[in-house]
Amino acid sequence: MAASAEEVRKSIKSYMLVFGALAVLTVITVAASWLKVSVALGIFIALVIASVKGSLVASVFMHLTGEKATLYWVLIISAFFFILLILIPVIQNSETAHLIDQVT
Amino acid sequence: MSSELLPHTLEAHPVTGMYNGKFGVWLFLASEVMLFGALFSAYILLRTHGDFPSHKETLLDYRFGALNTFLLITSSVTMVMAWASFKLNDPGKGKMYLWITVILSCAFLFIKIKFEYLHKIHEGITPSYSTFYGIYYCMTGLHGLHILGGVVVMLYFLTVGAGLWNKNPHQFTNRIECTGLYWHFVDLVWIFLFPVFYLL
Amino acid sequence: MSSDHHAHNPGFISKYVFSLDHKVIGVQYTVTSLIFLFFGFSLMMIMRWQLAYPGESIPLVGGWLGKYLVDNNGVLLPEGYNALGAMHGTIMVFLGVVPLAVGGFGNYVMPLQIGAPDMAFPKLNMASYWVYFLGGVTMLAGFFVPGGAANSGWTSYPPLADIANTVGTHPFWNGQTVWLLGMVLLITSSLLGSVNFIVTIMHLRVKGLTMFRLPFFVWAQFVTSFLLLLAFPPLEAAGVLQLMDRAFHTSFFMPEGLVVSGVVQDQFAGGGSPLLWQHLFWFLAHPEVYVLILPAIGIVGEIIANNTRRPLWGYKTLVYSVIFLGFMSFVVWAHHMFLTGMGTAMSTFFQTTTMIISIPSVVILTALLLSLWQGSIRFTVPMLFALSFLPMFAIGGLTGLPLGLSASDIQLHDTYYVIGHFHYVVAPGTIMALLGGIYFWYPKVTGRKMSTFLGHLHFWPSFVFMNTVFFPMFMVGLAGISRRLWDQTEYVQGIDVQGWVRMSSWGAWALGLAQIPFIINFFYSAFAGKKVNENPWKATTLEWAAPSPPPHGNFAEVPVAYRGPYEYSVPDAKEDFHPQHVPDSQLV
Ligand code: HEM
Ligand SMILES: [Cu+2]
Repeated sequence: MAASAEEVRKSIKSYMLVFGALAVLTVITVAASWLKVSVALGIFIALVIASVKGSLVASVFMHLTGEKATLYWVLIISAFFFILLILIPVIQNSETAHLIDQVT
Repeated sequence: MSSELLPHTLEAHPVTGMYNGKFGVWLFLASEVMLFGALFSAYILLRTHGDFPSHKETLLDYRFGALNTFLLITSSVTMVMAWASFKLNDPGKGKMYLWITVILSCAFLFIKIKFEYLHKIHEGITPSYSTFYGIYYCMTGLHGLHILGGVVVMLYFLTVGAGLWNKNPHQFTNRIECTGLYWHFVDLVWIFLFPVFYLL
Repeated sequence: MSSDHHAHNPGFISKYVFSLDHKVIGVQYTVTSLIFLFFGFSLMMIMRWQLAYPGESIPLVGGWLGKYLVDNNGVLLPEGYNALGAMHGTIMVFLGVVPLAVGGFGNYVMPLQIGAPDMAFPKLNMASYWVYFLGGVTMLAGFFVPGGAANSGWTSYPPLADIANTVGTHPFWNGQTVWLLGMVLLITSSLLGSVNFIVTIMHLRVKGLTMFRLPFFVWAQFVTSFLLLLAFPPLEAAGVLQLMDRAFHTSFFMPEGLVVSGVVQDQFAGGGSPLLWQHLFWFLAHPEVYVLILPAIGIVGEIIANNTRRPLWGYKTLVYSVIFLGFMSFVVWAHHMFLTGMGTAMSTFFQTTTMIISIPSVVILTALLLSLWQGSIRFTVPMLFALSFLPMFAIGGLTGLPLGLSASDIQLHDTYYVIGHFHYVVAPGTIMALLGGIYFWYPKVTGRKMSTFLGHLHFWPSFVFMNTVFFPMFMVGLAGISRRLWDQTEYVQGIDVQGWVRMSSWGAWALGLAQIPFIINFFYSAFAGKKVNENPWKATTLEWAAPSPPPHGNFAEVPVAYRGPYEYSVPDAKEDFHPQHVPDSQLV
């Protein structure tokens, strides 16, 4: 991506925009953590903001938007396994819950 | 093969759209996703499992975290600007941006170590204090090592490795791009670490 | 990266020690991992003595083993038994089979099969070997630190592993900690390797070599590399956490107030979960078993096609099965944890995925069997090994099914039955296939063939004794004997099966002797074997287009692939094989 000088100059503008957005979103996350909401909602808000920031970095700074299918496949597979990893606590907690059922 | 470069060292492969180094870095980052993924998973498990301290009791000072977030996103911008400058054939500016990136990352590490780790340890809060601090030291420490690694690589391209620019500017720019990919990823990890440890 | 400074008169060091050439690195990996395999096997031969003749001093080597392993009379200590067992498993899996299958065969053969001059990142390749080497040395160092080597099994389950090897020994310089450091190095090495493999396969294929013209072995390596790339990092994370537990007394895997041998473990604050380790460990270790088996399947495919003089039956089916197998191997890990108090919903889920994953295994085996149908089989030494792989892999796979069903696993879990199961896949299966691969590609590497006579002298006893070693384990396990026992005759049912145990031990020692012809053959043939041309087996794939041994840069001229990998016995053709690199015009 960004083969010609012209394109690079154009993308510099988007870098600055993303920079601004990231700064603003950081402020918003901190502010949102002061909101008096339930823990679950608080976590949800914080993670949504972080995901937005992360996608901005990945798609603009890392030029993901300009890449081809091969890379997308690699990342989709990794994302799938990543989700499996994150599910470990769910599996684990279902195990312990079952044990507690037996005890009580 | 003698003195020729291997195929696709410089030019993108028509199918994958990447040159060797870039593809390699992306694959490495995929494995990094799994590394940090496992640690985030451990964090969630420990947190939902038992006596994890409840939050918002300002276990950690969010102001340091926020400042460091700001430093890192700025360094990400200067990094991508460094690449753009080399790409636009302006090595002077490229080097300048790279230096700024190095300085910002050193500032990040300085704050992390001096005002956070050492301060906590001074208060007697070491990794063994609780599972919260254990996983905090572990994840941020591993992230810090990634920052350190990035700084070393950037310093390499600013000093010993700088000569490649004269020999083969295309290859040099590619390497800066690869460094950048890694750097943005490290930034991205921090974007998640910050709320997880400081705000939730 | 360029290797220009290498082209002219490289010195000995840069040519054979810190070489960037994938072939030299492949040979380095092969030789190192064969040594580790033999070493790991020797540990087991010692353990088998204690099992066969509990409490008797070990003959020959008993006096040499040192105070952490044996007592004054040369009798194996329980801790020593555990240390040997843990190191046997670790060495065989991480320092033996994987480096041989991926680092050795993958490095040497794969670039040749795709017509590439080298791997995409030669320096990374070299680094990967040396990090592996360092990891191996670190592992071995465990035997010499105070308290002896790691003794919590190759699975290193906490809380045991968190507190093992610590009492009275150095806080860092002790068996389990050294084990963890070694693992981190080994994981790093395979990460470097897998990145290199994937980029090489995607980017350096020669003209005409589309993905579906790749030899099956390359596909196997491709999928294996993804497993290494994505499954290993969770274990690296877990390793770091355990390192923190051991070195800094964090409590990631430590519940509160644990009492071990009457001692309250209050150096830990508690609050952690031992099962977290098991999840992260098996998240790696189940895909890891496919890392152990896929390259072997690839090798067997190559040898079978070549020696039946027929195309592989269902090439595309094989490829899709391998991809599916690789993918599914990430979704079954908790079948190792059925007995950890898992809820029925979860065990049903993992039981189902386990049954699903056995389908592609059976498909692969069936396709390889069908490839033999109506072939005019040449019973060469590599082919004997490949053929023996099929039934033994089948036994290994089929005995996995009762383990995958959570109800029958209650009986079988952690018994010798499990040991029998996975050894049938890894030892009589994978190791036999890898040995066959050595006989098959040896002429390419050295330009000389290995002796057929010694090959037979190696194969037949190995085939018999492999089964003598591992078949009795099913019997012992079904009788209810747990794995990792120092002396099973302390139990009544152990006395009943002592005959089987002794049979297994004698089999192991005989199997060791059976490797002597191989060792002789391996070195002797390098100097005195029959010289061969570049294609002694009349094979079709691209590695046989390069000279034997291939020079630096591999091919005299860059080959072009004109057809699929296994065009044997083409009707109405002059020769019974059509090499991939020969254009049609030269074939008629
Ligand atoms: C094809 C179908 C397979 C099935 C259904 C299967 C199933 C299982 C199950 C359920 C276990 C856990 C048993 C227990 O601990 O109670 C197990 C253990 C094991 N399997 Fe398999 N397996 C299969 C293939 C393989 C292959 C191909 C390999 C290796 C190349 C392998 C290597 C292992 C190892 C190393 C263990 C034991 C690990 C330990 O506890 O130390 N398996 N298998
Ligand atoms: Cu498994």
